[in-house]
Amino acid sequence: MHIGLLETGSGYWNALIWVITAVIIGIGVLWLRNKGQENYKKNTDQTKPFLSGNPEVSKEDSHVGASHIYWGFTEALKKYYEPLVKLHTGNINDYSGWIVLMMAIIFIIVGVS
Amino acid sequence: MSSILMHAPALVIALPLLAAFFTPILGRFNRKTISWLASFTLGLTLLLTLFIAKQVLANGPIVYVFGGTEIGLTLPFGYTMPIRIIFQIDAMGIFMGLITAVVAFLAAIYSISYMEQHTGLDKYYTLLLLLATSMFGMELTGDIFNFFVFFEIASISSVALVAFRSTISGEPAEAGLKYMVVSSISALMVLFAIGLFYGQYDALNIATIASVMQFTQLDKIALILLVTVLSMKAGSVPMHMWTPDAYSEAPAAITMVLVAASQASLYALFRITFSLYNVTLNTITVGWIIIILGVLSMFIGVTMAIIQSDIKRLMAYHAISQTGYMLLGVGVGLAVLTNPAALESYGIKAMEGGIFHIMNHAMYKGLLFLTAGSLFYRTGTRDLNRMGGLAHNMAYTATFFIIGAAAIAGIPPFNGFASKLIIYESVYQFNPLLSIIAMLVSILTLASFVKVFHSAFLGPQLEHYKSVQEVPKSMVLAMATLACIIVFFGLFPELIVKHIVHPAVMALIDQARYTATILGGI
Repeated sequence: MHIGLLETGSGYWNALIWVITAVIIGIGVLWLRNKGQENYKKNTDQTKPFLSGNPEVSKEDSHVGASHIYWGFTEALKKYYEPLVKLHTGNINDYSGWIVLMMAIIFIIVGVS
Repeated sequence: MSSILMHAPALVIALPLLAAFFTPILGRFNRKTISWLASFTLGLTLLLTLFIAKQVLANGPIVYVFGGTEIGLTLPFGYTMPIRIIFQIDAMGIFMGLITAVVAFLAAIYSISYMEQHTGLDKYYTLLLLLATSMFGMELTGDIFNFFVFFEIASISSVALVAFRSTISGEPAEAGLKYMVVSSISALMVLFAIGLFYGQYDALNIATIASVMQFTQLDKIALILLVTVLSMKAGSVPMHMWTPDAYSEAPAAITMVLVAASQASLYALFRITFSLYNVTLNTITVGWIIIILGVLSMFIGVTMAIIQSDIKRLMAYHAISQTGYMLLGVGVGLAVLTNPAALESYGIKAMEGGIFHIMNHAMYKGLLFLTAGSLFYRTGTRDLNRMGGLAHNMAYTATFFIIGAAAIAGIPPFNGFASKLIIYESVYQFNPLLSIIAMLVSILTLASFVKVFHSAFLGPQLEHYKSVQEVPKSMVLAMATLACIIVFFGLFPELIVKHIVHPAVMALIDQARYTATILGGI
C-alpha cells in the first residue's frame, strides 16, 4: 500500500502529491508576484479603489450583509424558491403530513414492485 | 484488567448510564465537577470503544450476551433461538460506535466552558450522558426491541436537550416540541414494525429474524414503516423540516451530538435493509427509493441553506444535504446488491464512499457547529447579517471554520473530498446524472460557506465587536481536535477506508456472516 494513495474504483487519488504540488505552485505564484510592477507604491492613490470618481465608502459601511449575498442567484431562481420556502411552514401538522405522505408513496412503490 | 475489558461492550453502555444518574447527586455538592465527571466518563468510554474496535477489526464480530452463563453463549443447550439481549458488534456497528464516542467526548469537553454560565448543568450533563448511552445502544445491539428502547431514550434526551435553553426565549421549547412529535411518530412506527416481526417469527433478535425472513406482506409493511421513519430521523427530504428547528436551537455541542444521533438512525436504516432484509426485498426498488431520497436531500438541502441568514439553520440544512450523499452512496450499493458484477465493479466502492462520508460528516459538521457555537458564545447572535470582521478577534475559530468549510465543500486535501470523490466516481458508473447532481451540490455548498465566511469573519472590525476575544481553551481544544482529525483523514484516507470503512461495508453486505455470528455456522 502506498502512503496517501486512495483507490476510488475508477482511479487513484493521492493527497500528499496534491499538497506537494499545491506548495510548489504556491511558491511559483509568490515568486511571480514578487516580480510584479516595480512602480507600485504603497499607501498612495494608486492603491485606492476607483469608483467612477465618487468618494470611497467607509469600510464599515461597505461590508455586504449575508442577506444580500447571492441576491442575483435567488432572484433568478425565484420560481423555484417561492414554492419551496412556502413548503417550510414551521407547522408541526405539516411535518407529520409529510411523513404520512412519504409513507403512502413508499407503500405504493414497494407494494406494486 | 483483562476480565474487565472482557465486559467492554457492557461497560460502554454502563459507564455513561451510571454517570448520568450520579451527575445530579454530585451536582448537589459541587457544581463545577459535573462537567469534568462527564468528560472523564466519556473519555473512558472512548478508550473502551477503541479497544472494542481493535478487537472487532482484528478478530471479527463480538457478541455479548447479557445475563447469560457465558458472555459469548448465544444459544444455550436446547435453545433454537437466542432469548436474551445480545450485543452484536461487527465492523459496521463499531464504526458508528467510534463516531459516537469521539463526538460525545468532544461535546463534553466543549461544554466545560460553553455551558459554564448556564444553570441546570446537572440536568444538561445527565441528558448528554443518556444521549451518548442511547446512541451506543442503538449501534451495538443485535436485538430489535432493545434498539427501540435505546431509540426512545435517544429521542427523549434529545428533545430535552434541544429545549434546554428555553429560559432565554420560547423558540427552543417550540423546536423541542416539534422534535418530540416527530420522534413519537417514528417510535410508534418502529414499535409497530417490531410487533409485526414478533407476531410472525416469535423473535426479537435481528439475526434470528433475518435467518427466517419470508418477506411476507407484513414484512413489507414493516419495511415501509422502518424505511420511512428512519430516513425521517436521519433528516432526509421531504421529512427533514424538524432538523433546522432542532439543530439551530440546541446548544452547539448538543447539535454536534444530534448530528451523530441522526446518523445512528441512518445506520439503523442500513442495518435493517442490509442485515435484516438483504436480498429478500426488491433491492432495486428499495435502493432507488433511498437514492431518490438522497438526491432530494442533497439538492433541496443545499439550495435551502444558501438563502438562510441564521448560521445554525444554514448549517442544519447542509447537514440534510450531506446526509443525501450517504443515502446516495449506500443506496447505489443496495440497488446492485443482487448483481455481483456491478456490486464488485462499483457497488462496494459506492457504499465505501457513503459510509466513509458518515464519519467525515460527523467530524466536519461537528466542527462547523462548534465554530457557530463559538460565534454565538462571543457575539450572542446567530444572525449572519449582524456579524462581520470576526476573524480579527477570533483567529482560531476562523481557521477552524475554514478547515470545516473546505471539508464539507469537498475541497482537497480535506476528508470530505476523499469520500465525495469515491461517491462521484462509483455512482457515475451506476448513473452519470446522479454523480453530476452530487458535484453540483458540492459547488453550491462551497458557495454557501463562502457566504458564511464573508459575512461572519471578513470585512472590517465592527464597532460593537471590538472587545470580542477568542473563545476559552476547552472550546478551542475540542475544535482543534476535530480539525486535526479532518486533516489526517484527508491526507491519509486510504488508512481509514482500508482498515475501518471497507470492513464496515463488508459487514453490512454479508448477511450470512451476520446471522451466523449469533446462530452458529461460521
